[in-house]
Amino acid sequence: MKELNYDVVVIGAGAAGLATAEVTASAGRSTLVIDRDDFAGGVLMQCIHNGFGLHHFKEELTGPEYAERLESAARNAGAEFLLQTTVMDFNLADNENKELLALSPEYGVMRITAKAVMLAMGCRERNRGNIGIPGRRPAGIFTAGLAQRLINMSGLLPGKSAVIIGSGDIGLIMARRLTWSGIPVKAVVEIRPFPSGLTRNIVQCLNDFNIPLYLGHTVSKINGADRVESVEISPLVDGVPDSSRSFTIECDTVLLSAGLIPENELSKRGGVTINMTTGGPLVDAWRMTNIPGVFAGGNVLHVHDLADYASDEAALAGRHILDYLNGKRPGREFPVAAGGNLRYVTPNEYIPGEKTQFFMRSLIVEDDAELIVSLDGQEIMRKKLRFVKPPEMLSVEVPGELTARGGQLSFALNGGGR
Amino acid sequence: MKRELICISCPIGCHIQAEMTAAGEVEVSGNRCPRGKAYALNELTDPKRMVTSVVACASKELPFVPVRSSAPVSMALIGELLDTLRALEVAPPLASGSVVLSDFKGSGVNIITTRSVKE
Ligand SMILES: Cc1cc2nc3c(=O)[nH]c(=O)nc-3n(C[C@H](O)[C@H](O)[C@H](O)COP(=O)(O)OP(=O)(O)OC[C@H]3O[C@@H](n4cnc5c(N)ncnc54)[C@H](O)[C@@H]3O)c2cc1C
Ligand code: SF4
Repeated sequence: MKELNYDVVVIGAGAAGLATAEVTASAGRSTLVIDRDDFAGGVLMQCIHNGFGLHHFKEELTGPEYAERLESAARNAGAEFLLQTTVMDFNLADNENKELLALSPEYGVMRITAKAVMLAMGCRERNRGNIGIPGRRPAGIFTAGLAQRLINMSGLLPGKSAVIIGSGDIGLIMARRLTWSGIPVKAVVEIRPFPSGLTRNIVQCLNDFNIPLYLGHTVSKINGADRVESVEISPLVDGVPDSSRSFTIECDTVLLSAGLIPENELSKRGGVTINMTTGGPLVDAWRMTNIPGVFAGGNVLHVHDLADYASDEAALAGRHILDYLNGKRPGREFPVAAGGNLRYVTPNEYIPGEKTQFFMRSLIVEDDAELIVSLDGQEIMRKKLRFVKPPEMLSVEVPGELTARGGQLSFALNGGGR
Repeated sequence: MKRELICISCPIGCHIQAEMTAAGEVEVSGNRCPRGKAYALNELTDPKRMVTSVVACASKELPFVPVRSSAPVSMALIGELLDTLRALEVAPPLASGSVVLSDFKGSGVNIITTRSVKE
């Protein structure tokens, strides 16, 4: 059995893992990046549209361009890569030598030991089972990301005409992609009363092609025996489909764009504690999990709508991996709580007196909201936020001098809802 | 003819009613700032979009290579551009940024690869 040893092993070569590897390899720490796919870049490689990198590289790039820059930076810094390699299991308990079992067609089973492990496995898409649409099980139902991979990487077209369920950005981008590939999109159906995606994508991916968007509607049935033949769409009244106003649209393809779930089966096997709200690990200010020396960042931690933020967060975790390897420890940390109108806040702990970047997600749609930060119930900071909505992640930096005395830090969003 | 537009120049997303007058001026309402008017003028006269797609590639690594336009393309030309790209086949090695179609229909826009293919 092949045996390898590194200071740092990064699991996942996406926007997150590549950014961590660049940081740790640049500091001279031996770094191995493992990915089960044939190439590095993760989900970026199928996102051939532009709109990446405005934060991280101050330039607008497509997904593959963004990924290639990150990969070259990591390789130039000295990071090594094992592709087509899946991490199957790990034993994280030992503080000095964490042990990973990985599998690849080239080497078979490998035993890899590391002083620190970075979890950067990304997320997967919610499927039909997760959102519960009744009807038969014909062919022609795809998650939007799978259709994206088929069209953009394999050059395969999923069908002849489509309806998209969910108005998240991936679904909207795919509406344009399908149209440009000669597959008419008959409708986008969104259960909520407001679109999930960016206005820019509503305009350029739907309105440009006169694709109707049904807000407050649901697909109540998928018809077809062997292949999808049509879908039945119903308006929602008080949260219940109103079958008296249902209508049917013919199509042979249905795409689901119903959200993402962090990929943490492996983390759970290793004893990492998961936050039930985000589906990602609970982490402290260093983005370190409950297991010393095991860190997390990017979509495995919580779903990011911008790849740039996933990279920034993972680079920050990389800097703390270096602290950890240099024998430093975070010191006493205090808890962080999500209060009114917020679904979650990450990280879940902070270090008093140290500047910390927090990411959070709103539960409400609001034009003029105020974010209130309190320490043991006493307000310490207030920030005006414009255009708050659940699909857009919020980011706030809390200066160290405000938290020096310690205590429970809580975040809440003010606003009556629109 | 009046057109309903949503300005995407900033996150407010004003709903704009816009119309060309006989004198070739654009008349707008609903915009909260002058950028909305400039946006409407572009949309009514010569709207442009970035185009991203894939082109067949004779490679054992990757059957299709992703490409983008070097600048936004007139919407009137996009259909024909996509047809042209569908008929194209390129061969490796290709560095990211290689031109696969230059100066499409005299528009000055090139189509370039966005991923490198070694073999
Ligand atoms: C379909 C889709 C479309 C998106 N579109 C956009 C967009 O248009 N614009 C934007 O800004 N953001 C977009 N995002 C979000 C953005 O791309 C992501 O936030 C970011 O790229 C995630 O990076 P990551 O490294 O966390 O995860 P990923 O890119 O998913 O990388 C995770 C990697 O881990 C590997 N992996 C997982 N488990 C294992 C294992 N056990 N062993 C080995 N390897 C493993 C996977 O193969 C994968 O390569 C999109 C996300 C998705 C899912
Ligand atoms: S008109 Fe001005 S305020 Fe309104 S969306 Fe456009 S740029 Fe923003």
